[in-house]
Amino acid sequence: MKRVASIAAALCAASVAHAAKIGDLTDTTWTSQAIEFLSLDTPIVRSAVLGTLLIGFCCSVLGSFLVVRKLALLGDTLSHAVLPGVALGFLWNASKDPWAIFIGATAAGILGVALVGWIKQTTHLKEDSAMGMVLAGFYGLGICMTTVIQNMAMGNKSGLDKFFFGQAAALSSGDIQLLGIISVITIILVLLFYKEFLAISFDVGFAQAIGMPVQLLHYALMALLTFAVVVSLQAVGVVLVSALLITPAAAAFLLTDRMHWMLVLSAAFGMLSGVLGAFISYLSHNLPTGPLIVLGATLIFILALLFGPRHGLLTKIIHRRRQRQRIALENTLKAVFHLCEKAHFKRKAFATSELSVERNSNLRAIESEIRNLEKAGMAEPMDDPSQAQLSGKARFKLTTEGWYRACEIVRNHRLWELYLTNAADYQSDHVHDDAEEIEHLLGKDLVQRLEKRLQNPIHDPHGRLIPSKDQLTV
Amino acid sequence: MRESFFPDFDWHTVFVQPWTEYASNSFWIALMGFLVSGTCGLVGCFVILRRMALVGDAISHSLLPGITLAFLLTNSRATLPMMIGAIVAGVATVALIEAIRYSSRIKPDAAIGIVFSSLFAVGVLLISAFADKVDLDAECVLYGELGFIPLQDIAQFGGIEIGPGPVVRMAVIALIAIVLLLIFYKEMLVTSFDSALAASLGINPTRYQYGLTLLLSIVIVSSFESVGVVLVIAMIIFPGATALLLTDRLPIALWLSTLFSALYALLGFHLATWLNASIAGGMTVIAGFLFALVWLVAPRRGLIARYVRPNQALESPIEPLESSV
Repeated sequence: MKRVASIAAALCAASVAHAAKIGDLTDTTWTSQAIEFLSLDTPIVRSAVLGTLLIGFCCSVLGSFLVVRKLALLGDTLSHAVLPGVALGFLWNASKDPWAIFIGATAAGILGVALVGWIKQTTHLKEDSAMGMVLAGFYGLGICMTTVIQNMAMGNKSGLDKFFFGQAAALSSGDIQLLGIISVITIILVLLFYKEFLAISFDVGFAQAIGMPVQLLHYALMALLTFAVVVSLQAVGVVLVSALLITPAAAAFLLTDRMHWMLVLSAAFGMLSGVLGAFISYLSHNLPTGPLIVLGATLIFILALLFGPRHGLLTKIIHRRRQRQRIALENTLKAVFHLCEKAHFKRKAFATSELSVERNSNLRAIESEIRNLEKAGMAEPMDDPSQAQLSGKARFKLTTEGWYRACEIVRNHRLWELYLTNAADYQSDHVHDDAEEIEHLLGKDLVQRLEKRLQNPIHDPHGRLIPSKDQLTV
Repeated sequence: MRESFFPDFDWHTVFVQPWTEYASNSFWIALMGFLVSGTCGLVGCFVILRRMALVGDAISHSLLPGITLAFLLTNSRATLPMMIGAIVAGVATVALIEAIRYSSRIKPDAAIGIVFSSLFAVGVLLISAFADKVDLDAECVLYGELGFIPLQDIAQFGGIEIGPGPVVRMAVIALIAIVLLLIFYKEMLVTSFDSALAASLGINPTRYQYGLTLLLSIVIVSSFESVGVVLVIAMIIFPGATALLLTDRLPIALWLSTLFSALYALLGFHLATWLNASIAGGMTVIAGFLFALVWLVAPRRGLIARYVRPNQALESPIEPLESSV
């Protein structure tokens, strides 16, 4: 490890500045650069923006199919496997002919994917081993070939270098045209064969059973993917192109359950991170585009992971907290109902001290519970609250809405107790704890079904009244 | 400088000269190659059985930010800080992958891809942002080159010269890995095949999973200087995968993987000498070639055997992975 640097010097002496930036910038402030970038004045900026947009679009749409099929790392395998093809294309006529390289790389990529499938089918080795072997084996072959080429007379290695780390500025107008063509083909194919792609993504057995050409579709997708990877390689490099395939799609996967929304979101994320990466790379003087695009996508993924409306981590935490608050509120209401019941429904107003005895809790906690009730519009104070604080004498009463809610909760509780004793043969002294939990969760239609099944009961197993809105009003 | 891709094959320069004229250099390079691929192969057998092959890939890529940060913090290229940085990065990778898996509905493969590509991107960015301070080059971390390991600094032990420093260090790592695998052989075996049985025997499968991850990180860290972060994956997967096509017995597979590693080192070295190419690349090509050969002719699992006796080849001691295509 000590001599990494000497290896560095020996192997890639000329390429310290693999860190590619868009355009050569010298004495400008970042604001003027930002304006320059946003106005899209210079052709370099225009082609970089267009290029990263197209790359983001292609990679993330095609990557979505990989992510839902749990084949995410096939993209990684593919991007490494094209290397010997690139070298072979280079050897074809000893120049950086983009078409020769494109054809060679595509052939190598498809061969690699086919080999993964073949190894998986004919041996007991698992998919991960098969992918790892193809990835590393092809890459090793590629390294071998590029080192040989660099030692050869025609070894103009600058062209091959680009494939390892990528430069967005290196996208030629030909590359952008190619990307445009691939994007259009992707859109057309996905629109035409959406149903088929959907079927092979989620239920291969079903797709086979109804006679879809599963293998053909699979390889069509792989061919498109290879095209996209080969062209994107020059902009973002071997390792990072797999991020463009996976990360935007994974972020979209966190946000929606519908495939078509996933495709749209994923494309939007891919394009956003592409432009974001190009922008930041343009602002800074020496930061490469590829890693910035990848980190842009990672940022979007982290945001989706935390704030996603349904699966987001923070969303879940907030949801759980709201639920706890609601349950606390309902428990207070229930306690007030019990007080009311003990007073034979003759009194409406109660002192906080009474509630504190009923709830077996201290005054401070009870007062904050009452305040929460008041905030929710379910209770109102009878006295001036500032005078009677913590004396336990402050009186309050439930509003009509609060009373309804209290009746509902108690009814849920007692209905469930009755249901457990009648229908599930529980002992009547065993049902309370269960009902204590379920009372907060029963929905309206479930309550109706319970009432119907128990034939609109009036008393619970302990002989107490089951409140209903019609009978009990204050 | 030469004209054709394949130079004229000359028995003398390819096979004789390395062992006569440059004998000492060749010996240490081939030995280093064997130590790297042998150690990777032994650990790799367990990695394959646990389907962790691509976790290895992720760890090897994540080393880049680890060693870069270690370099930036200590401002030296000493082995120890970099080793620590790399191991921390390796463990962090696995922890992040697990965190994403358990906190969301993202599948493990996508989690692996997201984590390693992001960390790798951080590494490349760090290197380019501090390009004037960091003497590392991301490309070299990617390539590695056996031919450039410094053979001239000789490690001494008790005043006796034993050999070049990197080779001795790698030998120590190999020894540690072998001793650890021997001590915990039974536990590794049980947890690899049957985690329920392991749990009932009082062996905690998760602990050994993390232990293997740690060992894998250490082996990858010590190997990548010679073979680069991508080809270290080849050295981890190929020996074990090839051996497991030939046998169902783990001890035999471990011996076979060591044998294959020796072949990779020797034949790869000669292939690279002939083509004047990267030695690690040559070893990987040999590894791929040997795998293809075994895949074709393996007595029970080979393609030919499958073709001749289709029913017998199918039985497998390990239940097949649910297929998605």
